[in-house]
Amino acid sequence: MLSALHIQNGIVNAPISLAYLGIAGVGFAIAIRQARHQLDERLAPMAGLVAAYVFAVQMLNFPVLPGVSGHLLGAALAALLVGPWVGALAVSIVLVVQALLFADGGVTAIGLNVANMALLSTAVAYGLIVVLLRLLPATRSGLAVTAFTAGLLSTVAAAFGFVLQYALGGVTQMPWEWVAGAMGGTHLLIGIGEGGITAVTVVAVARVRPDLVYALRHRTRRPVSATPRPAEVPV
Amino acid sequence: MRGVRTRWFLLGGLLLALLLAGIVSNLASSSPDGLDAVSRQGCEYSRGRITGGECIARSGREHEVGGPLAGYRIAGIDNPYLSTGLAGVVGVLLVFGTGTAVFRLARRDTATDRRHQPDPRNTG
Repeated sequence: MLSALHIQNGIVNAPISLAYLGIAGVGFAIAIRQARHQLDERLAPMAGLVAAYVFAVQMLNFPVLPGVSGHLLGAALAALLVGPWVGALAVSIVLVVQALLFADGGVTAIGLNVANMALLSTAVAYGLIVVLLRLLPATRSGLAVTAFTAGLLSTVAAAFGFVLQYALGGVTQMPWEWVAGAMGGTHLLIGIGEGGITAVTVVAVARVRPDLVYALRHRTRRPVSATPRPAEVPV
Repeated sequence: MRGVRTRWFLLGGLLLALLLAGIVSNLASSSPDGLDAVSRQGCEYSRGRITGGECIARSGREHEVGGPLAGYRIAGIDNPYLSTGLAGVVGVLLVFGTGTAVFRLARRDTATDRRHQPDPRNTG
């Protein structure tokens, strides 16, 4: 159950790994600044739980092809439940704990991994979430389709994040076009699993406590109208 | 506030995470995943070691730290189910603890910031 998109040490050269450590550090600092203003009494404990849940589900590799597995990355899930800034921090914490204590992902590759799976993936996921929640009907299916699409495409984005890193500083000489094709194809399949798990989890939380889903805040905070029509209450 | 109380929601979520990492993790596929599988393409393997060919994984090195939880196993526990399950439980609790601490710290700083901000009633 090692790896997935967790880059080991020695795959990408030192200068590029170091540059990405800088990018990840700046991204983490910006996320902390932004998250500060959002961490209220609801979001702070939810954030710890989301990180723990992402860690747990990352251990659950599912088969995608004969001899190939995949697991949840969690960026779309985190972005939906606790928002992009807190979500990126939650996934980063998971990645750092995995690299330092579970030998999953190289320590020198922490910057590469945080950049792909916490920053890039969350950014893509949240962009899609904002657009899709606006376009799709405010129903349970609308939320499920949003979660599935964000999960799928954020996984593919993270895979292409690695392709770029390999093209810039890959130690071995595999052609990057080949790497792009292989990574894209495999992660399209993994992304289907990611999308499914993300949709099931978010819809479940929205059924029990819609106010704990960050992406639905603008709906649940809407003042209750004088004549409530339950059929129209979202999710 | 409709539905389950926040305290019970959080406790339930944490229990679910512990269950997934502690027990369900043993049902996970042991095939190399995504990047790992792509990294191995082009190389021949024998007993987990590269014996020929060209692939991304050729330049991969041993993990820098390793440690007693390396590979989601607890060193010294031979039963694979127990070893993986316990490593998962330890991991969930560690991540929950670290996450909660980081987010609490960030929150506490906000409270301090607010105290230092000028009172809007005094300006104007």
